[in-house]
Amino acid sequence: MSKVLTQAKNFGLALVLMWVVARAPLGYLSRLAMPLYLLAIFLLVLTALIGDEAKGAQRWLDLQVIRIQPSELMKIALPLMLAWYFDRYERVISPKYYLIATLLLLAPVILILKQPDLGTSILVFTSGFFVLFFAGMSIRVLGFIATLSILVMPFAWGMLEPYQQTRVLTLLNPASDPLGAGYHTIQSTIAIGSGGFLGKGWMQGTQAQLNFLPEGTTDFVFAVLGEEFGFIGVLVIFLAYLALLWRGLQIARLAPSLFSRLAAVSITLTFFIYAFVNVGMVVGLLPIVGVPLPLISFGGSSAATVLIGIGILMNFRSNRRLVQT
Amino acid sequence: MLRYRKSLSELGGFNFRIRGAIIAMLILSALLLGRLFFLQIINADYYQLRAENNRINISPILPNRGLIYDRNGHVLAKNYSSFVLELWANGVEDLDQVLDDLNDLVAISVEERALIEKALKRAGRFSNIVIRDDLSEDEIARFTENSYRFPEIKLSAQLYREYVYGDLTSHLLGYVRRISEADLDRLEQRGLRAAYINSDWIGKRGIEAFYESKLRGRLGLNHVEVDSKGTELRVLEQQQPVGGEDIFLTIDITLQKAAFDALGNQNGALVALDPNNGSVLAFVSKPGYDPSLFVRGFDQKTWREIRDSADRPLVNRVSDGVYPPGSTLKPFIAIAGLEEQVRTPDWSMWDPGFFSLPESKYKFRDWKKGGHGEVNLHKAIVESVDTYFYKLAHELEIDKIHRYLVQFGFGSKTGIDLPSEASGIAPSKEWKKRRFGQPWYPGDTISVGIGQGYNLVTPIQLAVATAALANGHKLVRPVLSRSGTYSPSNITSGHSSQIPHKPLMLSPQHIQVIKKAMEDVMKTGGTAAGAARGADYSMAGKTGTAQVFSLRGAEYDKELLEKKLLDHALFIGYAPADRPTIALAVVVENGGGGGSVAGPIARKVFDAYFDMQP
Repeated sequence: MSKVLTQAKNFGLALVLMWVVARAPLGYLSRLAMPLYLLAIFLLVLTALIGDEAKGAQRWLDLQVIRIQPSELMKIALPLMLAWYFDRYERVISPKYYLIATLLLLAPVILILKQPDLGTSILVFTSGFFVLFFAGMSIRVLGFIATLSILVMPFAWGMLEPYQQTRVLTLLNPASDPLGAGYHTIQSTIAIGSGGFLGKGWMQGTQAQLNFLPEGTTDFVFAVLGEEFGFIGVLVIFLAYLALLWRGLQIARLAPSLFSRLAAVSITLTFFIYAFVNVGMVVGLLPIVGVPLPLISFGGSSAATVLIGIGILMNFRSNRRLVQT
Repeated sequence: MLRYRKSLSELGGFNFRIRGAIIAMLILSALLLGRLFFLQIINADYYQLRAENNRINISPILPNRGLIYDRNGHVLAKNYSSFVLELWANGVEDLDQVLDDLNDLVAISVEERALIEKALKRAGRFSNIVIRDDLSEDEIARFTENSYRFPEIKLSAQLYREYVYGDLTSHLLGYVRRISEADLDRLEQRGLRAAYINSDWIGKRGIEAFYESKLRGRLGLNHVEVDSKGTELRVLEQQQPVGGEDIFLTIDITLQKAAFDALGNQNGALVALDPNNGSVLAFVSKPGYDPSLFVRGFDQKTWREIRDSADRPLVNRVSDGVYPPGSTLKPFIAIAGLEEQVRTPDWSMWDPGFFSLPESKYKFRDWKKGGHGEVNLHKAIVESVDTYFYKLAHELEIDKIHRYLVQFGFGSKTGIDLPSEASGIAPSKEWKKRRFGQPWYPGDTISVGIGQGYNLVTPIQLAVATAALANGHKLVRPVLSRSGTYSPSNITSGHSSQIPHKPLMLSPQHIQVIKKAMEDVMKTGGTAAGAARGADYSMAGKTGTAQVFSLRGAEYDKELLEKKLLDHALFIGYAPADRPTIALAVVVENGGGGGSVAGPIARKVFDAYFDMQP
């Protein structure tokens, strides 16, 4: 029960943040973009130097009053920063600016990757990448980079931490280590599969309730839903997410400025990436990276990040009318 | 200041890319849904089964093993309850820590630790392994007080096997021990794996092994709901175990004890049968061993001591030990002589103390220097005249001898209800060709005549052959257990129609001649006269002294030889001589003379047997 209360508290706080962000005056967010980004970078560096270590990774920063995960902040700060950057240099844009933007993108990604936190670094990277992409980065250049990164992959493999390598290898064959690295994937696919079409019913999932499924409230909450509510329940969740995404893209399309448009599309698509990576990992299609399911997984940071993102979308939505009139 | 102005081309590019993103999202979502469809709809049954397997722990309930009784209802093997500590393989995070903590309460040796670690590696995620058994009351108390500190360890009662008579019945009963990996593999091949669990007992050697399927019973099953830590939440379903059948032996434990004591501390074997139906009355192989060592498990050092002991205590000498029969073979050679009409009872010869093949100077010597003088068949048996049998064997030739030895069961298994049995060797030309790729030489036959040479027999074969002479008409199959239920009348009377046997194709008159001679072996002038002196019943027998160490054609001094090179002393016999109810064979390894060593042992057993008769 305490978990329910904690999460209610988390959500309450996050909803307040969302409301504050949504009500922010016109232009406030764009002015905040750069300071926020610099703060986030600063905190990331600080975390690398004096952060708390948990489960072999240095992700948390203890500021006495509050323990924060600067990488979460970066999920919001980076798209805002890049959106602001392209907005500012919109008229003089040239390949050089894309290059600078790429560097702005890679700096936090590398810092987070070093923590090491593969999941968050992927999310931060994609959130920034979406801005670049919708800011009109040449598709040919992207194609070139994509080809290049595929070629570089074998070398990048060597740079991964051993536990990250295991996760990827385990994905290819979870049965190779059923009690170790493959355990999560095996148990979550069992949970989901055993849910069948209608599910076992609320609180009736044996995998979840008897603790065979690890992290059933956080990263693997989708498996619990799949087990207890079945394929039907999963479809409902999909539809809910698609509605959210549809709304987000709608807001992006009608947003009043390049800044708001880029930020909105990036935030919306990042939600999708969140959900996709999380569900993909739970159903055994993607390696296990610590990505929570937006709005569902237990945890304050994640709830705050997602709701602040929604607050930003709401802000753009409410400010659009003001500009148009 | 916010601006709201975009060139249409840019707007188009943006919207174009949005559309691309939407398509990409739909494709990726479809991919996820496809995967979910695969998991939840196509393979739902499979995953439901796996979820159930996770949730339901089928813990076996071991059946009570059947007890083993002797023919008079004395318990020889029973069960007792003992407390064990079991470890849930899934619950362990730091084995070393757990064992260190546990060690303060319940001692765990370094060897045990190694075994536990090995077992844990093999064990599946949701299985449990025994970490200590046979806990003392103190240990139980100490553990119970502190059990909250060891959520992963469970105290439970298990049935252990107790052999009431210890090494007295060790070779007869065998023992049970914890099942090994190799046992499980064998069971797997026989399709019996499912009937056993990992920490199960299995019968090894003797009655325990032969009647394993009867004694064992059937596992019961407890379907228990467990959580991921292995904590049992509730019992979903229960199938009661079926206890094993009790086994009633034909053995008489009093006679067994008498035989065991009669052999003293010498290595050897003694087996006594009811010659009319093959019921084994006493079955002793010495040295024995303590079967409880196997039940409770022992360390490498003790195991090596037992296994490598020069006395070879693990060999069941009654049925797995093979010995040259020596002169105990002579009655059977004599039968062959009579049947083949090479000899008549009256035919006699002069024994100069040796026998030589025609055109050979080599002398096969008689045990008696100077010989026995004029010898007929009766005297040849009574005084065990080697020369007579050298000549007889030579004239019979090996293949005819072989035919009669085979009739008496030599060279093949008796079919006793034991897991293993040696066949011994009843040599023939064909056998030698097969075994050594060599032709048979006439000289080979000579030593066969006195039970040396290639002949090898097991004590149980000797006893069965003796029983055939005793009953006069059939070769019985020796049995240790006849029925699952105790019924004295059933055992003692024995319906002859149900008893498996082979009729002897021999003339009763010839058998009578031999039996008369064997009676006289036990009388003044016979080789075992001393052993029979003063008995208030009649008996018949034949002594044997089998050479282990061969000094052909020369005498040797016993004192100078090491004990293990001394002759084996043998004796076969039955009593009462007119209507035999007990037949036996005795082998005393390196015991010396059959008449002086083995005969008196048989006498003690006969005495004990007749003392018990009402």
